[in-house]
Amino acid sequence: MEVKKDRNYAKTDEWVKVDGNAGKIGISDYAQDQLSDIVFVEYLKEPGDSVKQGEVFATIESVKAAADVNSPVSGTVKEINETLLDTPELLNSDPFNEAWMGIIELESKTDIENLMDAKEYESYCESR
Amino acid sequence: MYIPHTDAERQQMLDGIGVDSIQDLFKDIPQDHLFPNMDLPDGLSEMEVLDQMNLLADANNSTDELISFLGAGAYDHFVPSAVDMLLRRGDFFSAYTPYQPEISQGTLQAIFEYQTLMANLTGMEISNASHYDGATAAAETVITAYYHFRKKRKSVILSPYIHPDYIQVIKTYLQALDDINIIIPETDSPEQFIKNTSSLINDDTAILIFQYPDFLGNILNFEDLINQVHENGGLTASIVYPQVLGIMKSPATMGVDFIVGEAQSLGLPLSFGGPYIGFFTTKKEFIRKISGRIVGETVDADNKRGYVLTLTAREQHIRREKATSNICSNQGLNALAVAIYLSLLGKSGFREVSNICYQKAHYLSDKISSLDGYHLVNTAPFFNEFVIECPIDASEISEKMAEIGILPGYDLGNFNSARRKQLLIAVTEKTTREDMDYFVKTLQESTNA
Amino acid sequence: MLEKTIYEISSKGRKGFRFPDLDVPSTNLPNELEREHLPLPELSELDVVRHFTNLSRLNYSIDGGFYPLGSCTMKYNPRVNEVTSRLPGFSMTHPLQPIETVQGNLLLMYLLQEWLKEITGFSAATLQPAAGAHGELVGGLIIHAYHKSRNDTKRTKILIPDSAHGTNPATSNMSGFEIVSIPTDARGNVDCKTVSDACDENTAGLMLTNPNTLGLFEEQVIEVNKIVHAAGGLVYGDGANLNALLGIVKPHDLGFDIMHINLHKTFSTPHGGGGPGSGPVVVSDFLKEFLPGPIVEIVEEGDDELPPLYGFVTPEHSIGRMKAFHGHFGILIRALTYMMIQGKNGLRSVSEHAVLNANYLMALLKGTYSLPFDRTCMHEFVLEGVWDDVPEVHALDIAKRLIDYGFHPPTNYFPLNVHEALMIEPTETESKDTLDQFAKVMLKIAAEARESPELLKEAPHHAPVKRLDEVKAARELVLCCWTPNQ
Repeated sequence: MEVKKDRNYAKTDEWVKVDGNAGKIGISDYAQDQLSDIVFVEYLKEPGDSVKQGEVFATIESVKAAADVNSPVSGTVKEINETLLDTPELLNSDPFNEAWMGIIELESKTDIENLMDAKEYESYCESR
Repeated sequence: MYIPHTDAERQQMLDGIGVDSIQDLFKDIPQDHLFPNMDLPDGLSEMEVLDQMNLLADANNSTDELISFLGAGAYDHFVPSAVDMLLRRGDFFSAYTPYQPEISQGTLQAIFEYQTLMANLTGMEISNASHYDGATAAAETVITAYYHFRKKRKSVILSPYIHPDYIQVIKTYLQALDDINIIIPETDSPEQFIKNTSSLINDDTAILIFQYPDFLGNILNFEDLINQVHENGGLTASIVYPQVLGIMKSPATMGVDFIVGEAQSLGLPLSFGGPYIGFFTTKKEFIRKISGRIVGETVDADNKRGYVLTLTAREQHIRREKATSNICSNQGLNALAVAIYLSLLGKSGFREVSNICYQKAHYLSDKISSLDGYHLVNTAPFFNEFVIECPIDASEISEKMAEIGILPGYDLGNFNSARRKQLLIAVTEKTTREDMDYFVKTLQESTNA
Repeated sequence: MLEKTIYEISSKGRKGFRFPDLDVPSTNLPNELEREHLPLPELSELDVVRHFTNLSRLNYSIDGGFYPLGSCTMKYNPRVNEVTSRLPGFSMTHPLQPIETVQGNLLLMYLLQEWLKEITGFSAATLQPAAGAHGELVGGLIIHAYHKSRNDTKRTKILIPDSAHGTNPATSNMSGFEIVSIPTDARGNVDCKTVSDACDENTAGLMLTNPNTLGLFEEQVIEVNKIVHAAGGLVYGDGANLNALLGIVKPHDLGFDIMHINLHKTFSTPHGGGGPGSGPVVVSDFLKEFLPGPIVEIVEEGDDELPPLYGFVTPEHSIGRMKAFHGHFGILIRALTYMMIQGKNGLRSVSEHAVLNANYLMALLKGTYSLPFDRTCMHEFVLEGVWDDVPEVHALDIAKRLIDYGFHPPTNYFPLNVHEALMIEPTETESKDTLDQFAKVMLKIAAEARESPELLKEAPHHAPVKRLDEVKAARELVLCCWTPNQ
């Protein structure tokens, strides 16, 4: 199971990679593995919408499960990755790069303090 | 009965478990409530049960024995012999829900064919595997719309000319969703409903539902209303009596988003109101929003074509409290009956039966409306059900007719007290000309006397 | 492919059925209403009969073999039920006929209401709900209506055990409630302390299945129900597992207020490949006024000369109608036929043997399969379909391999609080021979898991189709075999 070091993680298995004032968000390798073959993605937020840390950003469906993707940070949605609408399976093959889900303009940098770093997340996953 | 165990086997099993008696297996039950008395009769043999059931059945007057013009949501159509004969196959009726698709391809393919037939019949793009009945299917369109708009649109407009049971069911289903506002405009006529409702449509309208033909038999054009709802961003649904689709255009041509209804008339007996089957068809874009089972095509590990239940992530066993509906089943065997019926009748047979119903109904309505004191109420086209205004109360006519074994139709005084002199009369392919002529004659006599 | 679809068999111009010639004059339809294209297939009667006969042969069914499906109660569907439900005196009656013309039907419904009340100990019944989940919705809406009628508007939460069937939380959501999940303890029970801690002034009620989905009788059920009542809530009983309790204990005596019953489980009506079922609901006296209407009652008392007149009555504060007309009458006939054949002693024997069969099978399997709760079970039990020494083999693989031996798999992956669950319910209509044979195969599969796990992983090998690609089905949605646009 991969855990990328350059980002922070929420307990609900989303990651955020901060770059200046913006945060790119997605789901972790652990999450895509739990869901197994992902068949559908629906975004519940559009560019321009505001979102709070923990609020539902999108829903993902696999053959055997459905899950909410909660935004790990608060802010304004700048972009959503529309490729996932046609090729949701990218979330299984490349959850950290090509299958990023959204870019959020951060409301405050302190949100990150509520999240885990890579090491903490790794131990958290191992304990489950 | 139906328990195969011998005394010897019971003993061996108790030994295998390691207890002395069956009673020992119930030690977790609170002992002062164990083995309660049940004030029930002793068991019967098959012969005795058949006697008892025959007595009950004989205590009824069936539509075989009476001349019936009752419709109002349940129709006495002919069910071809092949339909029931195939339903009697234990491989169909004693099978479980197809959760293990490898050994349920019969059920799955039959449902897939049912879905195709219903989609093609209604002219919509897709169908699910069915709901309990037409009324619950209608209620599910409201729930679908409610969640589609993420609970942001709260207003639901229902035509007052929808079957009254259906309106009641929709209200029941929505009663715990406090913020929904059900609007049923008060109008004097179905045409007026279309005119008056325009002003009620706005950007809070989640869905507008009408019936086709409506409860009084009228076939009206809702295209303008549908367009208006769409311009305001809302959805529309039509409750359709499927027999009409044999010869008449489907509301799909008006741009409606959901076509649902009762498919009992497609191969199911009257059976005193159930079990029936609610069909649910819609456009592809709503496929993930709708509830109910759906069968999809795929391939197996050897690339052989096969069928599975699909999009199951919508359903209650996965979504649990996030599911939009708790529906856990479909009408399985009834969907099979519909698939057989439509396959057997096919393009020509279904057209034929549809036409026969239309022609016979128009023959009867002409005859009745030429009697003194009786006239046809419908000003719009109708299919096989129409309203007659009588010179006396419909209930009086029903009483007199009951004595000679005729059910003259549904007393619309039950629908609206202002219509107590009106009868809703339905005609199917089973109604002979002799029956209709006799009915007309007795109607005349009942008001002359 | 196995069998062509009806559209593939269809041949232009072929006819399967004809009606009598029209005996009235013909008129034209209004032009603007006429339908031009009717895209239905064209087959002969033999085409249709052969096609659906061949389809039926692809199905596993109770008639063909054993279904150890936990919580489904796949007992034998008696043939006499199929005869009584088809008597023309029943099947040719219209739901809106004057009640005087359908007294046979009404008496049948009245009797069924009485039988269900007597078996479960409740005071009132409705036969209207079309399925178990439909009955559950009735339960949820009655709880909602009850509190509303007392202006007790802060009751917004329903307690539901983590082992509950998915319909329970879905129903609660439809009934306007939030869900509070109650964990199962080490003995497989819902316990008093957790329930007590979870109860407060917002508690509308508890939904409890007893025996629960682990197949275990809730040892603290009476105390748990008392606690919920004391907090002002109601207790809804999910009656899916009633097959363990007939003549053994009346759920009303255990403190339940409302319960739904699955006629297609406990009372032998056919599963039909997914329906139609029937889900009557029974309630305590104080909730009678909320039942969905109509229900059957005596509307005119009889005397020496005349029998009573049965009719439909809608309770005063009814939650409303659940479906059009009266319920799944055709299914009700079958259930009453079954009850009359069993009689009071037969019903108790049903549950005794259901429980005997489950415990016997559990004893045969528990050495080889891990049993998360080692207690006397009721009519079903749950095993873990996974072993430490062969972690790559899962419950799904065991299930699929059973197909190769001619058995339908048990319920998989439910309840959720058991890892790789296999839920097994033999029912009372299966013989010791069948159970012995099934156990033998389960043991063989356990051995195969160690020796040649690929036999399991690639199973089934001997079914009409191999494992199907469910991902493809969900990604490339093909929901119709043919449409006019193709």
